[in-house]
Amino acid sequence: MAKTLLSVCNVGMRFGGLVALSDVSFDVQEGSIHSVIGPNGAGKTTVFNCITQNLRPSSGEVWFGDERIDGLKPDRVAALGISRTYQNIRLFRNISAIENLLVGMHLHLRSSWWGAVLNTPFTRADERAAHEQALELLQFVGLRGRGDMLARNLAYGEQRRLEIGRALATRPRLLLLDEPTAGMNPRETSEMMAFVERVRARYAITLLLIEHQMRVVMSMSDRVTVLDHGTKIAEGKPAEVQRDPAVIAAYLGTAAAAHAVPA
Amino acid sequence: MTAVEHGRAGAALAWRRAALVGLGFGAGALHLAAVGVLLMLHQRWIVIDTLSLGQATVLLLAGGAGAMAARDADARLARGALAGLCATLPLALLSLAMDAVTLQPIFIVLTPDLQAMLTLGMPPLLAAPALLLVGVAAGLLGAALRAIPALSRALLPGAIAVLIAGVFQELIQLMLQQYEGPVGEARDFVYTWEGLTQQGAVTVFVVVTLIAQLAGRAARGRVAAMEPARRRQIWAGIALAAIVILPAAAGSYIGQVLMLVGLYILMGIGLNLEVGLAGLLDLGFVAFFAVGAYSTALLTADAPNALMHLSYWAAMPISVLLAVCVGVLFGLPVLGVRGDYLAVATMGLGEIVRVIVLSDFGAPLLGGAQGVLHIPKPQIGSYTLSSPVALFYLTLVAAAIAAFIAWRLENSRLGRAWMALRDDEDVAQALGINLVRSKLLAYGLGAAFAGLAGSIFATMLSSVYPSSFQLLISINVLALIIVGGMGSLPGVVLGSVVLIGLPELLREFGEYRYLFYGAVLVVMMRLRPEGLWPSDVRQRELHAGDETAALDAGADLLPARE
Ligand SMILES: Nc1ncnc2c1ncn2[C@@H]1O[C@H](COP(=O)(O)OP(=O)(O)O)[C@@H](O)[C@H]1O
Ligand SMILES: [Mg+2]
Repeated sequence: MAKTLLSVCNVGMRFGGLVALSDVSFDVQEGSIHSVIGPNGAGKTTVFNCITQNLRPSSGEVWFGDERIDGLKPDRVAALGISRTYQNIRLFRNISAIENLLVGMHLHLRSSWWGAVLNTPFTRADERAAHEQALELLQFVGLRGRGDMLARNLAYGEQRRLEIGRALATRPRLLLLDEPTAGMNPRETSEMMAFVERVRARYAITLLLIEHQMRVVMSMSDRVTVLDHGTKIAEGKPAEVQRDPAVIAAYLGTAAAAHAVPA
Repeated sequence: MTAVEHGRAGAALAWRRAALVGLGFGAGALHLAAVGVLLMLHQRWIVIDTLSLGQATVLLLAGGAGAMAARDADARLARGALAGLCATLPLALLSLAMDAVTLQPIFIVLTPDLQAMLTLGMPPLLAAPALLLVGVAAGLLGAALRAIPALSRALLPGAIAVLIAGVFQELIQLMLQQYEGPVGEARDFVYTWEGLTQQGAVTVFVVVTLIAQLAGRAARGRVAAMEPARRRQIWAGIALAAIVILPAAAGSYIGQVLMLVGLYILMGIGLNLEVGLAGLLDLGFVAFFAVGAYSTALLTADAPNALMHLSYWAAMPISVLLAVCVGVLFGLPVLGVRGDYLAVATMGLGEIVRVIVLSDFGAPLLGGAQGVLHIPKPQIGSYTLSSPVALFYLTLVAAAIAAFIAWRLENSRLGRAWMALRDDEDVAQALGINLVRSKLLAYGLGAAFAGLAGSIFATMLSSVYPSSFQLLISINVLALIIVGGMGSLPGVVLGSVVLIGLPELLREFGEYRYLFYGAVLVVMMRLRPEGLWPSDVRQRELHAGDETAALDAGADLLPARE
């Protein structure tokens, strides 16, 4: 039995009167690909925010390894080894692609501001190493030669991959991907899936994935958690979840149902 | 519609646009007349008995309208003429109206003097058409200058030189005053105390035109072949040389103006760290300047309320350090405040400092409204930096060091964290950037530069008063950063020169210089919102060769999907 890396326990989230999550619990095993699915507005992104502490859960606990992380500052959570991407890409649009990656490496650089002002040998070595790693990462996400472009001038697929690269730059143990194939056609989707597989192979990383396209979910995931109206309605292996009557009911009438049932 | 009809409709549109552009400039001219600027400008000669600054303004407006209207391929000259006509139409109508009814009781500046300017003493029925004719001619010329590059190359350098020599005649004469011999004779040939002489204007025009032609022929090919970055470096080099040499040659008034510009550059560099890099809007920046000034005052002054009598060089670093402390304290309460709210909150904090200085509570130490007097000048060995020019060089050195530090910071881990913060605070935090630390460093380091500026300011004036530390200073610094180009160091320099230096040189126009100031701000934000000298994208990828350049060129063609 693999070790549990992330544990979400009875997490609830309220926005004023709106209950976005209630009593959601699930475990993510180390080394697995775990998917969270559910109709629009089910609360999937809110779960991510409650894990990274961009939002502080109203109730419940979140554990990462042996550490309780709910209530920590997001930068502390990142330092512990959780990194994420966003449903609507949130790159630093006005700096270059490679600088986006360098910002991602912030946690692992050691030079201080006065070291930078004095341009000490330590700072220079630190920056040089960072630069080399950033170039390597740039190559890995397929953006070699485009590093000096402003992030906002990159093509859509490139922005998606750069955002994943930036998340990898923090050297996470757990990577959260929020709809990485959103807005992509079938060919781009297949490329993204292959890319995510490469990420996993190379970085031996645990993945938590929000995904809309059933094809992706069913073929990639080790385990699937289904949310609807802020509650967990099913969890299991992809094939089990697919047959679950509650899941079919939740998706019925939505476009996703057509894909979900025959797949 | 057929192609012909399309063409006709397009042409009609172009004519209408020309007329509208002209009327827009005409409205500007009318406005200048109605607020009294035009008449005031008319009282200054550019060329004695030939061309007043007011007349030149009208000509420039009509010519500018003509040039703007001449942007299409066909009928450029005719459209330029129409625009010129429309640009003078409002003034012509004004002169007719002033003849028919007495407007002065309502618009107090519509005096007979203005009437005389618009008519040149001719009877109104003759003068109005004459004015329109002048407008047409100016519009034509403007259009021709735009349409025919060779013509503008031939005429513009000389014309601009005459204009500059005329507008800044007082300054230039002040600079040349000290000379005797050939320089003095040349000066007396070109200038009287009122403006350029006629033969002087012609001489300046011819000499500058000749030089421009010769230099242009020699340099054109090479300059055009240069990369923009390289060209900029050369310009920056020339500007730097001018800044270093000019004050020594120009005497104390220019020295004083340049020193003020230098102080604003220092503050601009500091605020640029906060606003340009870290995206923290700060309208309380003057507080750090005040802390620097008062610290230096209290540590060095020969006054009863001074704490110590240190030398300036000992007091300066302490002042900077105190400003940093205040910067950090200042940052604490506004850590969680964002955007517009931050502007208001920082404005409040800035005012608090001034109010404390003015209060009875602070008066025993800080001197209340009387301030602190008798601040000594800095000394190097036995030499005292007392003249404005000497203090300017001190400011210059300080600004150069500040710029260097800011440049290093910009390219550091901290600088990248700031830029990330500016673009998306939440994401930056989720990547492990400590917001508290980064923001406090931005406030603290920004405050250091303002504190240094304040320290120099105190010794420059030999005294400090609370009235020197108004909100307007914060606004000026912010405006010069925006005009120069957010996040750009050369932009800070350019912004200070344009917004602080030029109005100072136009001091004789009194309160109207703020009109100029406001107009520059509005025009800048309309035409060039990215600033005069926007910051470059830093080239970071080492292997950026030709391949990347080609890719970059194609970048804008890619669809930006959101
Ligand atoms: N910051 C917020 N403030 C208020 N309501 C929010 C916020 N974030 C999400 N919600 C609400 O919570 C619900 C779940 O949203 P979300 O987690 O984004 O859904 P999903 O990602 O599954 O489509 C929605 O009704 C949404 O409107
Ligand atoms: Mg979502």
